[in-house]
Amino acid sequence: MCETCGCGDPEIVPIEVQERILSDNDAQAGHNRSHFDGLGLLAINLMGSPGAGKTAVLEATAKLAGERLKLGAVSGDLATDRDADRLNASGIVSATITTGSACHLDARLVHHALHHFPSSDRDIFFIENVGNLICPAIYDLGQAANVVALSVTEGEDKPLKYPVMFQKADLVLLTKIDLIPHLDFDVAAVEDAVARVMPEANMLKVSAKTGEGIDTWLRWLEERRPATVERPSDGHQHEHDHEHD
Amino acid sequence: MHGGSRVHRLHVKIGELSGVEVDLLKTAFDTFRERTICEGAELAIDTVAPAWACPSCERTVARGAILRCDACGRPARMIQGDEIILQRIEMEAPNV
Repeated sequence: MCETCGCGDPEIVPIEVQERILSDNDAQAGHNRSHFDGLGLLAINLMGSPGAGKTAVLEATAKLAGERLKLGAVSGDLATDRDADRLNASGIVSATITTGSACHLDARLVHHALHHFPSSDRDIFFIENVGNLICPAIYDLGQAANVVALSVTEGEDKPLKYPVMFQKADLVLLTKIDLIPHLDFDVAAVEDAVARVMPEANMLKVSAKTGEGIDTWLRWLEERRPATVERPSDGHQHEHDHEHD
Repeated sequence: MHGGSRVHRLHVKIGELSGVEVDLLKTAFDTFRERTICEGAELAIDTVAPAWACPSCERTVARGAILRCDACGRPARMIQGDEIILQRIEMEAPNV
């Protein structure tokens, strides 16, 4: 009770917290990161609008990588397994994370998918996020890099309209460049927009249809692969304090 | 809970580029605080404008400009504007 004047009002005490509100997700993402490190793979969070060409880029990547790289993917999808089916058909070992009405993946969903993933010997692991230029940017999944697919049909101003997404990107893939001759699309304008929202602006131009630029994208990925590690049989080098279901 | 201590005020800090929309956060808070110790609590939101600076010379880069230092040519780093932080809780001291 108030001890100042004896008024009987409760005493109000301030409690300093200073904690990130998404700290639970951050902790889970850190845990995922130790999974990825333990497995010696490169984890990529691939984001972009619905229809930006995320799945098509991965199909083209698998086609070019051939037997050279073992690729894996989990695809966030509201209601279907279509992306994972397409990726499996292209040679990428894939699983779906069904999100229902959720518009993004979080670290817990990815962790669950990792423990049910059919393979633990992948070189590059793509987390194909739900098609959305807003919410996925907020959630760390444990990835090594964020890649945003932006198709030429979406318009040059999208980076300025969705600055949070592009601020977090390590690479922008400008997709469907084979369509540029049919559009009034100004590549210099999108480069300028990216440079105003993405500190280390880096954009690669690709076409999944013609394969143009996919070699440069594959090189970008290979340069980021972790040094070879001795893989434990089950990929568990880290300390676990939880049960896996 | 200890003796029905009620929360009077929550202070949060939200960056304008955090991805959190302040009005929607207020709506969500009003919805979810009902029948909790936060019922009746005020949500005090401190919004933070984004800012970038050169990691070498600390020169700031304005919002909307090319995010590269004019002087050094280095990519600017975000120094604020993406935070989502629960700063402080003001609550009744438990009766002792």
